[in-house]
Amino acid sequence: MHKNHNLDIDLHYITRVEGHGNIVINVKEGKIEKCQWQVPEAPRFFEAMVVGQKWDVLHHITSRICGICSIGHTLASLKATEAAFGIKLSERDIKLRKLALHAENLQSHVLHLGYLVLPDLMGVGSVIPLASTHPAEVKTVVRIHKTANEMSDLICGRTTHPQRLIPGGFTKIPSKDELKNLKDALNAEWNDIEIVAQLLLSLAPKLPSFTRETEFIALTNPNDYAFYDGEIGSTDAKSASVDRYLEYTNEYIVPHSTAKYAKHARESYMVGALARYNLNHRLLTKKSQDIAGLFGLKALCYNPYMNNIAQLVEIVHSWEDSIRLIDELLADNSYDIQRTNMHTNVPTYQRTNVQQGIGAVEVPRGILYHDYTYDDKGFCTKANCIIPTNQNHANIQADMEALVPQILDRPKNEIELMLEMLVRAYDPCISCSTHMLKVEFC
Amino acid sequence: MKPRIAFFDFASCEGDQLQIVNLEERLLELLQHVEVVSFREAMKEHSDNYDIAFIEGSCTRASDEERLKKIRANAKIVVALGSCATIGGINCIKNYRNQTEVRKEVYGDKYELFDTYLARPIEAVIKVDYKVPQCPINKEEFLSVAKALLTGQKPFIPDYPVCVECKMNGNVCVFEKGMTCVGPVTRAGCGSCCVNEGAICWGCRGLIDNPNTDAHKEVLEKYNLTPQEVMNKFKLYFGWSDTNAQKPQS
Repeated sequence: MHKNHNLDIDLHYITRVEGHGNIVINVKEGKIEKCQWQVPEAPRFFEAMVVGQKWDVLHHITSRICGICSIGHTLASLKATEAAFGIKLSERDIKLRKLALHAENLQSHVLHLGYLVLPDLMGVGSVIPLASTHPAEVKTVVRIHKTANEMSDLICGRTTHPQRLIPGGFTKIPSKDELKNLKDALNAEWNDIEIVAQLLLSLAPKLPSFTRETEFIALTNPNDYAFYDGEIGSTDAKSASVDRYLEYTNEYIVPHSTAKYAKHARESYMVGALARYNLNHRLLTKKSQDIAGLFGLKALCYNPYMNNIAQLVEIVHSWEDSIRLIDELLADNSYDIQRTNMHTNVPTYQRTNVQQGIGAVEVPRGILYHDYTYDDKGFCTKANCIIPTNQNHANIQADMEALVPQILDRPKNEIELMLEMLVRAYDPCISCSTHMLKVEFC
Repeated sequence: MKPRIAFFDFASCEGDQLQIVNLEERLLELLQHVEVVSFREAMKEHSDNYDIAFIEGSCTRASDEERLKKIRANAKIVVALGSCATIGGINCIKNYRNQTEVRKEVYGDKYELFDTYLARPIEAVIKVDYKVPQCPINKEEFLSVAKALLTGQKPFIPDYPVCVECKMNGNVCVFEKGMTCVGPVTRAGCGSCCVNEGAICWGCRGLIDNPNTDAHKEVLEKYNLTPQEVMNKFKLYFGWSDTNAQKPQS
């Protein structure tokens, strides 16, 4: 690094991420004066919106926190409401919900890798020019994305802001014939997934080899690679039930961000595909473990850029596990004779004396918590939701602080690209992260 | 020359822009007829020289008004996308509460750092030429509006209630099943998609221009529904047009 080195980076509204974020770096005479990940997104105050709302509309409102992971928000919300009222789900409906999460995970990861990350690796500004220079590759990505969306449509009614998911289960479920068709469509997709995996493998050397030790947090359970249910797992601490989520999140406010930050055992932690991989890789399907091996991904991996590869591994896992779940549903003789649920004007169950319910699920970007308190008439009196991207903001900041001094002697455009790629690797969902913030003052 | 189009987002979930991405191979076709010059979510390049601006999201703070006005000054045509942009949508739920209280509840004693005002559709700030309603927008309707604009025609958005489409679809009435819905006063065009899926009409396309509230009241009386039950459903999407919510002082 030169003593007289000056550098000013102000990436206002970084592109190809969900929401608005800025990267600001000021270096004067070789000294880093400012190195900041800023979130200026307009806050939406969902937690204040749901107060006074009835138990049967909360999932509809909170689904609107995020267009990309609306299925995950709906499910975290439903699980919280169901926990508060002691509503139990059938095995069938739990399997269908797991399928819904797989569909969302597939859709979101393919969107991120194919449309948002690929342009960096191929040296272009967006996927649009790739449509003319690499039509076959782009069409393959589009096909996988489309199948994932059709899967969401089939399970949830539609892809974004699902209609069929309600407290207690589903208003409508796919027929067995529809499930068989979905299975065929998934089976036919393997070739496309392999093409994308090979393409990424050829480009993987372009992912920077930066590492920084940190803590990883994700849901974990002994039975499956957790998305729908589990305890809070950490690479630094013992796992604990989701009721203790506040001990694992510790949100705090920083002035340059409308989104809150979180910390647990260290100054920051990471959630998302890489965290899930690091904690639960032993429970991945065979094919997805093979893909991890192909890319040399091994737990514990401390390179945040490898979150992209962990997403690819999860695409394969969600694909393979979906086929397994469909097979189980098809083998269930009572599948289409079990009841479906209805919206009603009155709760159809006995109230428990528990008034608070907490729901946690793994959404594409990491662990998501919804926590509601209801009054005795079923109206929400208090809500708290903690979004994956919030939990990652401090880790992004810490990565930037570690990375910038290592790359200061490089040309400005290269530094900018590496920082943008770093933020993008986290697949941040910034509008989410500013929507559900709540301070707990103990 | 191909029309130059740009996408912008304000307070929203960005789910409407996602529906455009979800057009999949048809988006690739559409891209052959237009030049996308700004789409922050999907591309790095940006230009202020565009013909049509598509805007998603509500305006929820004074500081965003300037950005909206700039977009208006640059664009020949402004199209509002989705419930948040066209009617204020879910964002307006917070308008029923005191705005300082709302900020304190979410940000505690640091609330002054976080600017917000009554959520509003973008039409409350700038002139809007066309609207694509719904939460999220229906990608087919978006395509038909896009095609109309590209061929110089006026896009068609229905002005009759969802009940019309719902009946044509042969659905059993939601009220008949013991549930409450706002289909009788909500703008059609969705093909009653939520009721078809076993849910209710939530009102996400907004009120029709002249809602027959008397007929709706009769339906509610017939099924012995309490005003509170119905008000709760009205508050979800109709906050901006509801006289019970707070209004900006001007």
